[in-house]
Amino acid sequence: MVTLIVKRFGFMIFTMIIVSLILFMLLETELTGDPAARVLGQFSNEEQRELWREQHGYNQPMMLRYVKWLGNFATGNLGESIRFKGPVADVMLPRLWNTAILGFWTFAIMIPLSLVLGILSGMKEGSKLDRAISVFGILTTSVPEFASAVIFSALFVFGLKWLPGTSSMSGGFEFKQLILPAMVLIVYDFGYVARMTRASMAEVMTSQYIRTAVLKGLPYKSVIIKHALRNALIAPFTVIMLQINWLLSGVIVVEFFFAYKGFGALILEASLNNDIALLEACAMVAVCVAVTTQTIADIGYTFLNPRIRFS
Amino acid sequence: MTKSLSEMPSAGYGAALWRGLKSFALLRESWVGMVGTFLVLFWVMVAILAPLLAPFDPNSSIQPFAKPGMEAIKGGGTFWLGTDHIGRDILSRIIWGSRTVLIYAPLATLCAYTVGILMGLAAGYRGGWVDDILSRIADIILSFPVLVLYIIIIATIGASGFNIIIAITFASSPGIMRIVRGLVLDLRNRDYVAAAQTRGESDWRVMLVEILPNARGPLIVDACLRLGYVIITIGVLGFLGLGLPPPDPDWGGMVNETRQMAMAFPHMTLFPCIAISSLILGFNLLADGLREISLRD
Repeated sequence: MVTLIVKRFGFMIFTMIIVSLILFMLLETELTGDPAARVLGQFSNEEQRELWREQHGYNQPMMLRYVKWLGNFATGNLGESIRFKGPVADVMLPRLWNTAILGFWTFAIMIPLSLVLGILSGMKEGSKLDRAISVFGILTTSVPEFASAVIFSALFVFGLKWLPGTSSMSGGFEFKQLILPAMVLIVYDFGYVARMTRASMAEVMTSQYIRTAVLKGLPYKSVIIKHALRNALIAPFTVIMLQINWLLSGVIVVEFFFAYKGFGALILEASLNNDIALLEACAMVAVCVAVTTQTIADIGYTFLNPRIRFS
Repeated sequence: MTKSLSEMPSAGYGAALWRGLKSFALLRESWVGMVGTFLVLFWVMVAILAPLLAPFDPNSSIQPFAKPGMEAIKGGGTFWLGTDHIGRDILSRIIWGSRTVLIYAPLATLCAYTVGILMGLAAGYRGGWVDDILSRIADIILSFPVLVLYIIIIATIGASGFNIIIAITFASSPGIMRIVRGLVLDLRNRDYVAAAQTRGESDWRVMLVEILPNARGPLIVDACLRLGYVIITIGVLGFLGLGLPPPDPDWGGMVNETRQMAMAFPHMTLFPCIAISSLILGFNLLADGLREISLRD
């Protein structure tokens, strides 16, 4: 167990370093075009670019620049955002907090919903309820987030006039504005988690010990709750942790559509405005969150599953 | 003797083709698969017959802000789904847009599969350090949130059809590699592989001729699902303004261009969304039907 944790953390740090190298190569070197031209725009002349390179130390050797860049990053000096005219950290932190709120409500509703539906359909594989839930799950995962955002807006904003169409929270935090973005994320994602839960539950239901429990005359309810669920919920735990990685993609679309001032919209803004320092910081944070959750998922899975823990 | 040997491969391929067609016919037994096939074939037909079906030129501005079903003031004709803010007929744009998506999505999936299969075969069959290096690379690419990766790639190399294919290949081949690797690890100890090795076949021949065809079942199902994801990706990139450059119609791009007016003219965004969702649904249902049939055998 301890060796696993050490190994996983080692790999996590290794991944972060490689990712930083990839980001540096893509955004800060001449491999994909002149960074000076990217920052100053295509109408800048060579003199201005040369001055910019000199000022920002771009004429130094590449490896030296990478080490310096990484050092700055590690000590929390994330640089200045061109677009927002301020330190990157100050721009990023409030946005991260907003996305955390959105993510929290999405998960708070999506997880119970998909677990219940998955367990219900996995309990009796091939039943009418099972088929209905699985077809409904396919239907909702087939509608991309931007399309369900359009459809829900047409319905709840334009048609029924129940909910506001933007979530910019310009007049302070309002829960009403959070409903549509969270709803879009939930609808797109619950089908996948439900399907994974169903597969896990269906596998457990065919196992010997469930048959034994049924045959020795235990009430069906206690067979499900005491015997089946405990093992069937191990696999969905991993799936749910890995959904955080997916959520980081989903929030980009949803926050852009509903003008929600979150982290996803910030990544997009940074890339569309060639705000390199901001884009690098955002990408590093996104990958860091993703890798951390993967690590937790791996360690948690081992911890929850005694067959692996003791082998 | 020599003659029969030279004929054998072609007979083998004929039989394989026949088996493939027969398993496709089995789809009749799964209504989910039938609905999926119907949706996919519908859009394929629309894409092929686009010049005949589209009532107007998709890129010419005719009459702005027409509501669905409105008659054209000049030149006759009906805007069945209305027009957008610069007066282009939405039905025609959806019909031509099906070509865009049905060209780029399969092409990108094919590229990703070629790279993913070669990597997976090498990693699974060779094992050792080849496997270690390829698996680490895959782990690192897969640790990126997908859309963040696309945004960074497209932001640095620019938005164009070719670059979208590169970005999709880069981002999805590691996932395909993992699947292929798992299948190869299972298949490489089979007797027919040992027989081929004893015959002295080259490694690549064993991988491509002996192992790959036997791994096709799960890969076909995955390819259908992945096509759906690639269509979503192309749509999302278009929606974020990182997709194909205008003016050629692209469903995601249509939503992006008109979403500011969605409150007053919902038809402009709604119809492209329905189009893309129905095509993705088609591929997902087809994958589900194929999986159901493959489990039955």
